[in-house]
Amino acid sequence: MTGIAKDPYNVIITGVGGQGNVLASRMLGNLLSDQGLFVTIGETFGASQRGGSVMSHLRVSRTSAWSPQIPLGQADLVVSLEPIEAVRVLAQYGNPGIKVLVNSRSIQPVGCISGETAYPPMDDIRKWVAELSAQSWFVDATNAAVKLGHAIFGNVMMVGALSATHELPIEREAFGRAMEAAMGPEKAKKNLQAFDMGAAMVAEAA
Amino acid sequence: MSILDGKAGDRRLYMGNECIARGALEAGVSVAAGYPGTPSSEIIETLAKAAKQAGIYVEWSANEKVSLEVAAAASFAGLRSMCVMKQNGVNVASDFLLHLAGSGTRGGMVLVPCDDPGALSSVNEGEARHFARLVEIPLLEPGDFQEAKEMTQWAFELSEELRTLVMLRSVTRLSHASGNITLGDIPPQTRQARFVHGGFILDPMEGPVMSAPVTYKHGQQQDRIRRAAEIFETSPFNTYTGPESPELLLITSSACNLYSKEAIHLLNVQDRVGLLKLGTTWPLPEKLVARHLAAAKAVLVVEEILPFTEENVKVLAQEISGETGYRKFYGKRDGTIPSTGELSPDIVAGALAKVLGVTYEAVDPNYKAKANQYAFFGAPNRDLTFCPGCPHRASFWNIHNVLAADGREGFVCGDIGCYSMAVLPSGFSTLKTLHAMGSGTGVASGFGKLAPFGMDQPVMSVCGDSTFFHAALPALVNAVHHKSDITMAILDNSGTGMTGFQSHPGLATDAMGNEVPSIDIAGVCQALGAEVRIADPFDIQDTQAVLHELLETKKGVKVLILRQICALSPQKKGKKSFDMEVDADLCRGEDCGCNRLCTRIFRCPGLVWDAENKRSVIDEVICAGCGVCASICPAGAIKKKEIAKVA
Ligand code: SF4
Ligand code: SF4
Repeated sequence: MTGIAKDPYNVIITGVGGQGNVLASRMLGNLLSDQGLFVTIGETFGASQRGGSVMSHLRVSRTSAWSPQIPLGQADLVVSLEPIEAVRVLAQYGNPGIKVLVNSRSIQPVGCISGETAYPPMDDIRKWVAELSAQSWFVDATNAAVKLGHAIFGNVMMVGALSATHELPIEREAFGRAMEAAMGPEKAKKNLQAFDMGAAMVAEAA
Repeated sequence: MSILDGKAGDRRLYMGNECIARGALEAGVSVAAGYPGTPSSEIIETLAKAAKQAGIYVEWSANEKVSLEVAAAASFAGLRSMCVMKQNGVNVASDFLLHLAGSGTRGGMVLVPCDDPGALSSVNEGEARHFARLVEIPLLEPGDFQEAKEMTQWAFELSEELRTLVMLRSVTRLSHASGNITLGDIPPQTRQARFVHGGFILDPMEGPVMSAPVTYKHGQQQDRIRRAAEIFETSPFNTYTGPESPELLLITSSACNLYSKEAIHLLNVQDRVGLLKLGTTWPLPEKLVARHLAAAKAVLVVEEILPFTEENVKVLAQEISGETGYRKFYGKRDGTIPSTGELSPDIVAGALAKVLGVTYEAVDPNYKAKANQYAFFGAPNRDLTFCPGCPHRASFWNIHNVLAADGREGFVCGDIGCYSMAVLPSGFSTLKTLHAMGSGTGVASGFGKLAPFGMDQPVMSVCGDSTFFHAALPALVNAVHHKSDITMAILDNSGTGMTGFQSHPGLATDAMGNEVPSIDIAGVCQALGAEVRIADPFDIQDTQAVLHELLETKKGVKVLILRQICALSPQKKGKKSFDMEVDADLCRGEDCGCNRLCTRIFRCPGLVWDAENKRSVIDEVICAGCGVCASICPAGAIKKKEIAKVA
């Protein structure tokens, strides 16, 4: 039977508008849906994306569709494409059993750029997230992605990292097939490389 | 993957808007038209992408009223057609809508408005449902993803059977959510278009199509609504789950169905609450609802946004109270459910808990307190802002500075688009009025006539290129004709930026990718008699000089076209024009007389403040390489180096 620890299993992918949140949630949703699971995704689009905090809610179930909004305090896993967004999401949807995967590259809110507010030190963020979760992983996906050629690979690395947490049934082969169908063998290879790099980062972070 | 792929029985993960598009295709839709607006845009986009292969016609019309007219023509010619818009688009289309309800339709015709409860991507919480009751057309509301597809398909049949337009209403949390659905087959296009108009004047299928003679046609429309109510009595889209005689009957529709289900699950009250999910919300299937009212002790209505179904059911409850006796109602009128903002599983669970007298605590209070404390200090807010490299930031920088230098407390009237964000500090709080599409120029036209009453402030308006064609044109005509003294800035970024680059009449490619004549905005404004200038907002010196000249020396209507492509446009995205760098020796940091002009005031997310070294620095991952910030640094510390264009 397809492995989800709870039904529905609730995942939040969070980040900042423009980081490719919607694409990441769709990529993950399709991988899970292809295995016969019911996936419901709720997303933020439009003006609310411009520089704002964005969230995708994924409900994974063996039996049916669920509300596209996860009830407060009921998330099982948070994938955060930006550090402080993880803290923000935990305050609303967290609980002591939650697990958190964070891309450690920060994106400054305009309020921090202008000096009205301050971006907290990374060590504090790590401490808070660890305290508010059962398990957490911080990976430097964006910077590794820039080295690989483009920041955009960061999200694929996060999916690879997610697979290595074994929280959700994500198979490397299925990911490779999906990439090849979507963008051809050449680009798929590069994406698989990013996927593997992400998986390796979690192995190191653990 | 195309929306056309897949056959009956195949399983897909689709966004709600894709479900609606697929449903229309499975119904054999031939023509679809709309105007972009979140959360509706993906329906027309999806159909447009598939149009050539499917042999259908899809367009982004100049505005919502025209799109309804375009779709209606197809119906008059016997084809199935669909029209799509966001909630307030129905206001724009409503004049024709009223007359179309009166005239009736021929080929199946469906109007899909997507409401935005909570205004997640709107500046209003308008609701299209009320129009269905107002103009007397049937209203359907899908309650999940599979229904979004199936009800769309059925809406065409219903429309054809009744010869009336049918409204299928979606909301953000359905349109922009995704779920698994099972497909049906898409039939081939077989219908021929022919407008039959030579028959008897009252013949609905062969005579002329019009809403006159009015009371006769109005009566016919009310007959259709009565027949719709009959059909709705046995519709499979109205479902009930729960005990035979529940303590509480929960009546709901649309995305609230999913919230209500979840709330009942969270509270574990399946044996106390009955869930009546209505898919056909107007006219009410009265016998069905009456049966459930009779069986229950109390009623809770859960819907977004205003008490629409609540009021309709209350009228019915009053009418049958002779047989059933009094029923206690909970909902918006008594404050159990809020009548602003969007609902959620938690809001519904809270309301249910209150009505049933049970306790529900979502999170352990200790955890919650700690998490809140960390978030309060550790997760500073993210104000909305223009994208890095957005032309609007530069445009408003220019407008703001020229108005400030002018010193007469000039102001700008705005409307709807990404540039609405100029009410915020990221647009230097330049916009001082913000209403509907095209309203900036209409309101400015009025302000521009107030000089005899002592008003001496310079009046400006802004609108985008798509908005110009949508609704700013009549306002501009009005301003020119009445010699109003205004300066209109048209922020021409070559596309409908906010909603994802849909085509508009100013562009040379249409929704389906065909080459089409583009309408030249500058030429139109000139022909109308306005004084027209064109500038590149990234050229800060030139733009400010031109605007200054227009404000100081010209009378009447002046148009400044600020032309620069949207930073997210497919032509531009990911390609930088300049490599940017801050020279740490030249940047005077906090000692600079500019008081951090670059990061404190200009606030492009690509230029950040390095608090440790007290210098501004470029964040290479975020900077779009537009080069504008180089022109604002008084010390010349921000350097740009042109990147050779690859041909
Ligand atoms: S989408 Fe385009 S117009 Fe909108 S904020 Fe971004 S760059 Fe500006
Ligand atoms: S060049 Fe300057 S203004 Fe343009 S995107 Fe980069 S940091 Fe922002």
